[in-house]
Amino acid sequence: MSDASVNGAPSQAPAANGLAVSVRGLRKRYGDVEAVRGIEFEVRPGETFGFLGPNGAGKSTTINMLCTLAKPSGGSATVAGHDIVGERDEVRRNIGLVFQDTTLDGYLTGEQNLRLHAELYGVPREVVAPRMREVLEMVGLWERRGTLVNTFSGGMKRRLEIARGLLHSPRVLFLDEPTVGLDPQTRASIWGYIRELKRREDITIFLTTHYMDEAEYCDRIAIMDNGKIIVLDTPEALKAGIGRDRVTIETDDDEAAIAALRESFGIEAKIAEGAVTFAVERGEHFVPRLFGELGVPIRGVNVSRPSLDDVFMSHTGTTIRDAEASSTDRMRTFARVMGR
Amino acid sequence: MATETTSPSTSAAGATDATHPTPVAGVRVPARSWRGDARAIKIVWKRELIRFSRDRLRIVVQLVQPFLFLFVLGGGLSRLASAGTHGVNLRTFIYPGVLCMAVMFTAMFSAASIVWDREFGFLREMLVAPVRRSSIVLGKCAGGATVASFQGIIVIAMAPLVGVPYAPLLILEIFALQVLLAFSITAFGIMAAARITQLQSFMALMQMLIMPMFFLSGALFPVSGLPRWLEILNRVDPLTYAVDPMRRAVFARLNISTVARHTLDPGVTWFGWRVPGLIEAAVVALIGLVMLAIGIWEFSRSE
Repeated sequence: MSDASVNGAPSQAPAANGLAVSVRGLRKRYGDVEAVRGIEFEVRPGETFGFLGPNGAGKSTTINMLCTLAKPSGGSATVAGHDIVGERDEVRRNIGLVFQDTTLDGYLTGEQNLRLHAELYGVPREVVAPRMREVLEMVGLWERRGTLVNTFSGGMKRRLEIARGLLHSPRVLFLDEPTVGLDPQTRASIWGYIRELKRREDITIFLTTHYMDEAEYCDRIAIMDNGKIIVLDTPEALKAGIGRDRVTIETDDDEAAIAALRESFGIEAKIAEGAVTFAVERGEHFVPRLFGELGVPIRGVNVSRPSLDDVFMSHTGTTIRDAEASSTDRMRTFARVMGR
Repeated sequence: MATETTSPSTSAAGATDATHPTPVAGVRVPARSWRGDARAIKIVWKRELIRFSRDRLRIVVQLVQPFLFLFVLGGGLSRLASAGTHGVNLRTFIYPGVLCMAVMFTAMFSAASIVWDREFGFLREMLVAPVRRSSIVLGKCAGGATVASFQGIIVIAMAPLVGVPYAPLLILEIFALQVLLAFSITAFGIMAAARITQLQSFMALMQMLIMPMFFLSGALFPVSGLPRWLEILNRVDPLTYAVDPMRRAVFARLNISTVARHTLDPGVTWFGWRVPGLIEAAVVALIGLVMLAIGIWEFSRSE
């Protein structure tokens, strides 16, 4: 028995630096727009690593580069120990992909879709059938394998795609917004399957999401905004770093309330998602003072422990939803500039 | 044991193996090889066949047009044309051209599936696979050509209805020529599909090409004694080189007068030189290969 097995370390060493993903100064430029502006990070084998950020932050562009679907404009990266530019095929053999939009053939059955994938990836013939059964059972679609994919619901299609992405036992599974467009119940069930596959397979998961609550499932997350990584850590450490509670109040005169908060308490508040929002230590002790000293009628109050939403807010100054709205604005400005 | 496979089993296994249950089937994806590419070509080809076999309506719909040309147009005009056909049935005369058209339509539609695949995302699944892009394109092309040839076989089966005999060698010749045509047209369609990303535009382009190619090819008229401009266009039209050898094969089996043969089957000439059937077939094959090469190049360079 070797030492490695005692420590429970994965036996298959993913080459060179041993990292599942390693990114150095990666950039991507589309014309005048820099979608990704020099990012650096590493993902360890077996980790679930999340990319969090609003739409248009550069998450999908980064994933596309790591999956060899887009060429970087600068910097370098390795996936499973292989260079994403120089060893495209090697990278492709070692990764599984679940895209934002479905890439299944609706006119084939679930089983036929998987078989096609197995053939394209050169999965050895003798393991195709048992492996197919294994992944289909993992996502609970074994019974439905003979049904045309067109008749599947959105959640079933996503599950089938996850199964297909796993079929060739990739080292790294990329999930680009795995739950986008699904209802909350289906989202929860997809996460159940993802956790189950983590338990069963020796695999690194790299995912993007713009749902804050989903980021909590990750071992580490990188918050991305405007083409840059703003902060990278475990969800717990990120939340602990905030240290303060988030207080939102509803008032009759938000402007006056913000002014009063500044004058009486020295707190900088702002309007987020339609309510006056600020952060204080020990929020529950602060609220009674607030009612006594603010001088503006308060209609409602809410105190919450720091969430990843607050992490995002404290690092970017906006909530993820507001950031999305303003990134739409940026796109419009961009369109105007291009139009000239 | 019931279907509960996950939670209880781990505690039992936990005593022996501390980490996680080992996967039943670990897969190692082998390095790229010719064998892997052959498998990719085969599965892409097979997918086209599966999809075609599911689409019975398409098989029927694409037979409507040949029927219209052969029996409605051919039947309706036969009396009018009888003065010029020297006793040969007009339907027999236009049969090779109509067969070519049927094959051409199906081949173009098959090629459109690549545009369709792109719109529905499936093309991405194929393009990220660790195989040569050329394997995907070859598989698509082979699939489209097979499907179009199958459509051709149905039209070939109708041969006796229009006075074309069921002679084994003749049928074989016609079959080989239509396979060749199906391949070339599919290759052309795939090349076009590399650039045209919208299904509507693709279909519009195909419609715009098919009819002129059909009319100019001499499918409906003998190719000698044409006005100069029409003769030039006819010789440029690739379909000409599929229709002409096919007609030559059919007429070789007909028992007709020399005048009729001379009038109806004059053969394609280049500057007065009658082009042999084999060269005509080679022209079709060459065009197909060039189109295929361009298609592969286009798909290989895209990200």
